[in-house]
Order: sequence, then structure tokens, then C-alpha cells
Amino acid sequence: MRLWIAKQRYLIDFTLASLARRKTKNIGLVLVFALLVFALASVTLLTSALRQEAARVLADSPEVLLQRMVAGRHDLIPPGYIERIGRIRGVQQVEGRLWGYYYDAVVKANYTFQVSRENPPPPGRIVVGPGLARFRGVQTGNVLSFRSYSGKLFTFTVDAVLPAESELVSADLVLLNEADFRAFFDYPAGHFTDIALSVANPQEVRTVATKLAAALPDSRPILREEVLRTYQSIFDWREGIALALLSAAILAFAILAWDKASGLSAEEKREIGILKAIGWETGDVIRMKLWESMLVALAAFLIGYLAAYVHVFHFSAALFAPVLKGWAVLYPSFTLLPAIDGLQIATLLFFTVFPYAVAVLVPIWRAAITDPDAVMRG
Amino acid sequence: MTSARPSGLAAGVFALLIVLFLASFADARRLAHKRAGEQAVRAALAAKLQLTDLALFTEARYTRHLSLADLHSAAQDHPLSLEHFPSGSLIPPPAHLRSHAPLDRQATLPD
Repeated sequence: MRLWIAKQRYLIDFTLASLARRKTKNIGLVLVFALLVFALASVTLLTSALRQEAARVLADSPEVLLQRMVAGRHDLIPPGYIERIGRIRGVQQVEGRLWGYYYDAVVKANYTFQVSRENPPPPGRIVVGPGLARFRGVQTGNVLSFRSYSGKLFTFTVDAVLPAESELVSADLVLLNEADFRAFFDYPAGHFTDIALSVANPQEVRTVATKLAAALPDSRPILREEVLRTYQSIFDWREGIALALLSAAILAFAILAWDKASGLSAEEKREIGILKAIGWETGDVIRMKLWESMLVALAAFLIGYLAAYVHVFHFSAALFAPVLKGWAVLYPSFTLLPAIDGLQIATLLFFTVFPYAVAVLVPIWRAAITDPDAVMRG
Repeated sequence: MTSARPSGLAAGVFALLIVLFLASFADARRLAHKRAGEQAVRAALAAKLQLTDLALFTEARYTRHLSLADLHSAAQDHPLSLEHFPSGSLIPPPAHLRSHAPLDRQATLPD
């Protein structure tokens, strides 16, 4: 065993000396490789943390939401619907929700106006999300004016700002009471945006949803499990621009790695020839090159992963913010709970380190079994 | 004498990287513990206000409220108005639009 270790150490010594001879090229390779791992690991860490976040934060969202559709568009719930739903067996609690969107032309941002059922703000006062407060530069006691869709100007006093920790779910919220909401949007009396309902027996949610769809054919029930499933597939890695960009990067790296690993340079071939001529066995040459690829790939993986971890969990994935932000003006500032999926990290390790380590084998083996004289002559 | 060997140096560098790699898991646990309270604030607010979505993408209504997006989001303004918001290309369609439980088809129409 000791002999084996000593032998491997000598092989590593030789490998490192050989790598050091082509310092710039190899450092460049490790950096590019690490950058690729960094991008892939950042996406992996961010998405898995966001998925877990959504699963925990939205765990108590309404059990069933009922929308009304008219000509393929979400429409207001007319009076009478809530009473009809209340009569369906299994439905425990029915509540009409009032919310809507407002485009603030001053700062070109979209807000979500919502009526707060519990502790609604007094008339003429609003509670705003931390993102909005930061963006508009307001705090408790300040006055905000919005021009409503009817053209009238409404002035509200900021009653409170929602806690900064809640920004991921509340960045753009404006909470107000029902009378203010109806006046601002000119909302017809007795109408609601949608209906939230809870079901007495959780096993019966689907049955109740089917009954709802039967009783109100123009409605569309959305189950909590569907809401959660939507966020489980968020940033599905098989789809979207992120993968399109990454796949180009992966392909570019694959070409670079393939070129580096499979096409031996004349210098490397000569080196192998000399090694064989001075008595190295084919196995030793292959082992030496395997060490080389393992050292390069493992170093790149560890550097790339560590940088990705710091980027996502200590710098809130700041490099991805412009991509996630899109055309939106309001973007929440948030910190995520680290959720590291061991299997994902192992998969990343396997798909980055293993192919590179294996790609070197064939050309080295081919060069190593050739007559040293022929190899040295090229 | 042996420490001057390149393999010794490499072993040191890799040991450091592996220790940092393992430390990232310990740091993740520490941060998760530290930030659990902040998450509880978010969860409590979401439950209180009956929120259904994260405020990640505020640029379009169907990206702000992903889970409430209707079946015609992609052609929302007129039949040929295809999806044009950047975040729409980052996120897949909501789960219920891809594997929507055909409740409307299971339901029998009232007389």
C-alpha cells in the first residue's frame, strides 16, 4: 500500500511539473471550467432554494381558488356566486377576494392592489410592500397619489410598510380597505375578483372542485396543490433562455475540453514517447494523464461550486438579477434559505468531472501503445 | 523536505478546497437556522393575505401571479400577440396548464 501511495505521489509530482510547463494554458482551462461549473451550480442552487421557499411560504395559500372566465379571460365574480358555492356540500369557508393590478406611470412599475380582510387599514390609508416603499422612497406617514383608471386622483397616506423580510411575497403590494378599493377601481358593488374557499376534508378537495365546475360551468377552480406544483416546476431546467445560454456555454466548453483532452499536442506526444523510451509502462502513462485530468476537473468543480454557493446565498444571486428582472421595474431584494440538494450536487460533479476525466483516456492510450520512436518522430 | 514536493502542495490546496466545500454545508445549516424566522414572516403574511404567488416577476400579470395565469396568457391581447416578456421565457407554463385536471370535462352540466 505504502509503495502504491509513494508511486502515485511521484506520478502526481510529475503531472504537476508537466502542467506547470504549460501554466497559462492550464490555468485558463481551470478558470473556464470553473466558470461553467459556477453558472450551472448557481442555477441549480437558486432554483432548488426558490422551490423550497415557495413550498414553505405558500403552504397555507387558499385550498381552492375560483376564477370566472368570460371569452377566455378572467372576469369578475358576480353577486350570488358566493351563496351558491356556500351551499355545496364539503365547502367550509368561502371568501370573495378583491385585488387588481395598477400600472404606476410615474415610475413605470406594476403594483398589486389588494384588500386586506384582517385588520384593514383605515379609510384613506394604505399599507405598502417594502419593494414599493424603497422604490418610491416612502415611509410610514408619507402620502402617495395614484391616478385611478377613471382619471380621478386618489391620495393615500402610508399607514405602514410591510416587513422587509416579507419582500419576496410582498414587494409590490398595496393593501387597502374594501371601500377604498372599490372606489379606486370603480368596482361594481357585490362583485369580487375571485373566490378563495376551504374544504372541510382535505381528501375531498378534488371532489369539491369537480362539484364547483359542475355548478358553475364558467368558473375555473385552481387547487392549492396546483399552485404548489407550479412553483415546483419553476425555472424548469429543461426550458427557457437560461438553458439555451448555458447549453451554448456547455457546448463551447465541450469543444475546448475535447480539443484539449483528445487532440494531443506534438509536445505531449513527444513527452509520452520519451517516457516510454526511458522505461515507463503504458499503464503508468495512462495513470499520469488520469491524475492530470482529475486534478484539473476537481479543482475547477470545487472552485466553481464554492463561488456559486457564495453568489447565491451570500450575494442573493446578484448576477442573475438582471435576467430575472426582465422588463420589471420592481424586483424584490431577498435572501433565501439555503437548500442544497445532495443529489443535484453529485449529478453536477458527475457530469462535469467524469466526462473530462474519461475524454483523455482514448488518445493517451493510443499514443501510449504506439512505438516510442514513431511517437517522438510525430 | 517532502513538503516542498508539488504533490504535497497540491494535497494542501485540495485539502483546503474540500474543507471549504464541507464548510459550505455547515454554513448552509447555519444560514437556514438564522433565516428561518424571516421565512416564517413570509409564510405568515402569505397565509394572512391569502397570497398565491411570489413577487419575483412583476412585469406581466401572468408572471406576477403565475399560478393564476389563464389558459390564454400567451395570446393575451389579441390572437397573434405572442408571449414577449423576458421572464416568460425563463419559466415554464404553470403546472395546471400543462397537466390540468380536466374538472370541466368530469363535471356533468346542470339541467
